[in-house]
Amino acid sequence: MYKNLRWKLLTIVVVIAVFFTVGVYPLMADHFHWPLPAALKAHSLKLGLDLKGGVQLELRVNTDDALRITTTSTSEQLRDSLKNSSTQYGTITVTAPTTFRVEGVPQDRDSAFRTAADEIATNYDRNPQGAGTYEFRMKPTVERDLREQAVDQTLQTIDRRVNELGVTEPQIARQPQNDQIIVQLPGVSDVAHAKDIIGKTAILEFKLVEAGPGTKDDLLKQYNGTLPGDMEMVPGSATTAGEPASVFYVVRKIATVTGQDLRLAKPGLDENNQPAVHFELKSAGAQKFGKLSGENIGRYLAIVLDNRIISAPRLEGRITDQGRISGGFTAETANDLALTLRSGSLPASLTYLSETVVGPSLGADSIRAGVIASFVGLLLIMAFMLIYYKLSGINAIVALVANLVILLGLMAYIGAVMTLPGIAGFVLTMGVGVDSNVLIFERIKEELAAQRGVRAAINAGFSRVFLTLLDTHVASLISALFLFQFGTGPIRGFATTLSIGLFVNLFTSIFVSKALYEFELSKRQVPALSI
Amino acid sequence: MHIFKNPNFDFIRWKWHAIALSWVIILIGAIGIWTKGMPKGVEFSGGTIVIVKFDQQPDLDKIRASLPGGGANAIVQQYGDPTQKQVMIRVHSAGAETGAELSATADQVTKSLGQAGLAQITGHCLNASATNCIAGTEIIGPTVGQELQSRGIMATVFALAGILVYIALRFRLSFAVGAVVATVHDLLITFAFLAFFRYDLSLNVIAALLTITGYSVNDTIVIFDRVRENLRGMRRDNIDHVVNVAVNQTLSRTILTAGTTLLSVISLYFFGGEVLHGFAFTMLVGVITGTYSSVFIAAAIVIIWQGRRPLKGQPATPVTAAKPNRRRAS
Repeated sequence: MYKNLRWKLLTIVVVIAVFFTVGVYPLMADHFHWPLPAALKAHSLKLGLDLKGGVQLELRVNTDDALRITTTSTSEQLRDSLKNSSTQYGTITVTAPTTFRVEGVPQDRDSAFRTAADEIATNYDRNPQGAGTYEFRMKPTVERDLREQAVDQTLQTIDRRVNELGVTEPQIARQPQNDQIIVQLPGVSDVAHAKDIIGKTAILEFKLVEAGPGTKDDLLKQYNGTLPGDMEMVPGSATTAGEPASVFYVVRKIATVTGQDLRLAKPGLDENNQPAVHFELKSAGAQKFGKLSGENIGRYLAIVLDNRIISAPRLEGRITDQGRISGGFTAETANDLALTLRSGSLPASLTYLSETVVGPSLGADSIRAGVIASFVGLLLIMAFMLIYYKLSGINAIVALVANLVILLGLMAYIGAVMTLPGIAGFVLTMGVGVDSNVLIFERIKEELAAQRGVRAAINAGFSRVFLTLLDTHVASLISALFLFQFGTGPIRGFATTLSIGLFVNLFTSIFVSKALYEFELSKRQVPALSI
Repeated sequence: MHIFKNPNFDFIRWKWHAIALSWVIILIGAIGIWTKGMPKGVEFSGGTIVIVKFDQQPDLDKIRASLPGGGANAIVQQYGDPTQKQVMIRVHSAGAETGAELSATADQVTKSLGQAGLAQITGHCLNASATNCIAGTEIIGPTVGQELQSRGIMATVFALAGILVYIALRFRLSFAVGAVVATVHDLLITFAFLAFFRYDLSLNVIAALLTITGYSVNDTIVIFDRVRENLRGMRRDNIDHVVNVAVNQTLSRTILTAGTTLLSVISLYFFGGEVLHGFAFTMLVGVITGTYSSVFIAAAIVIIWQGRRPLKGQPATPVTAAKPNRRRAS
């Protein structure tokens, strides 16, 4: 009658043993300092940030910045081209991140202007706005792509920087459908430094100095109040951080060499033994730099970082593939700057939207509390089942323990993250999981009361509640799935734990529990059931 | 062992009393929320939480007084076990959402502790035994708060709708309405209790609310399944009787499962630590009202919706329940 029983029991033992090895043993080994094979260690249950401690930053990429940079550079290229073809124009101004305006194009030069514009501003729609005035607006598809790129590029840059910081197992993920990025740094405590490194735009530009240093007014006076279109005013480095700069320079708008031409950047010392940053250029950059420095010996070259001039040394000779940036660094700031330059600049600035820090003690407290709550819950439920269902209670307990072991093993195996709410889900799984056994046992009791034989009562108990169990589990899964969809890190951990727990419970409460009864019945003819 | 030997209570007779009682609780809760507002956790309202670990037991009132603005809207309380000398300080604002300004408020809070001579906070704790340092912070800007709030509402609404559709497919519509009304009832009652005991509406509490949604429907499904099963043998009886019999038959199970779930929730409430307190409390209330509503509310709604007509045999939708049951039983 129960010829499959041996196979069923074997399956159960093997399944439990495997999941115990994957899910439970590594946790015990960790706690009791037992030996743990590397293969198991790599697969052991992952803990969320709320348990292992660390920093979570949620930030928004201000993609408008990237668009503005593109629009500015397109408008400058157009300006250059118009100048070269000696086409006159009034002004070119960037009016929004995606638009720029050209005013005062004379009637007779209109077609020449259009030709130049068609060639350069291919990504822009040109809208005539009255005599000699055009508005260029970035095409929507281009805009969308650029925004996408900006977020992706930011993600990669942050990834590089975080790796340079030496954080183990960082998580940098993009929020779907928008321009937000979540950065998780396990074990990091120096939040301010991490934020500083991650958030630094680090746009490095080398620009020729046209005038300065001087105060804003003095410099403007030299140009009769308005700067030429191809020049801009940039503040020099302030004497104390955070203070507005008192010194300004007038520099060329277009940078010949930028941070993108860098091949390498490392901290070092300058000729006065002050901390500085050494850099080397890629070959294309070296050529440009050689040309720039060779043609402008005796002039000053501004080193602009994030729109602020770090220093403006005199070009003493032709420089090609390497150089040095110095100017009031400490060893630490030089190190940080080298790091950010190496990892590349951010295409746009960042805004921090949320910031969570779980210190080492808080995480440890949470784990301790979660483990205690789990054991207390387990003991209470085991005691209850034994008292209420007597020997059948053992059946339920075996099923419950199997449920929990498989749950932990599965989570470890698929790399699901255990969080503090996840532990709550684990404890709940006990209470809800044993519910399936209660349902079955109560039904068996009813069948026994209706004078059925033990075997028939057990069979009826399992089969009649099967669909009920399926319905209750599906209903719970529906709410767990929406919870997963909605939740962030910790809550997802809860939804995952709960959902996996529900799935496993179907297996343990039906298959395991029933096999145990069958085993009991196969051994001897049981006259009465202990339930 | 039995809790009830052949219970035969007339639950349906009490349906209007039960509905009235629930309305009273819900109304008290609603008035509470209306007058005092629903307290929201920092995830939803935005703001700054700083958990500071001191080297000696600090005076909470002194901390409050030291805060910017005299701590008018701040919450200052012991965090975790008193021996850990940890204090949670929550202020309802965060720094500006520009660049890295978000943590400005948190910096101000720790600075003011130093200025008031309470303790010089050296920054974030570097190891578990460090003191006079920040054990943890949670700073949420308005953008994230708004987003999470609307996503929380959406998730709850969708989960309810999903369950309604599922039950309507598996049972008849009146059952689905009964189950969903009972679930909404549980959520409202739980809200009333949360408001009354001034628990913050946090992400964990939302998770608990959604769990309750699933849990409360479980009980109801078990009873409805029994109603459906009984209908085959009791076609002539009126629905009051059929439902009442089903509720009585499943009563032991209903109470037992509530019991086992309560055991796990209680261990979470007492041992699960500070962070899970709101979660455990919500579950505690939810499990109890979920059980109550399955017995008194869900069944009552089915009866009221259905009228006093006898339920004729087969359910409205082609449900597979009847036949497989028999086959597998042999």
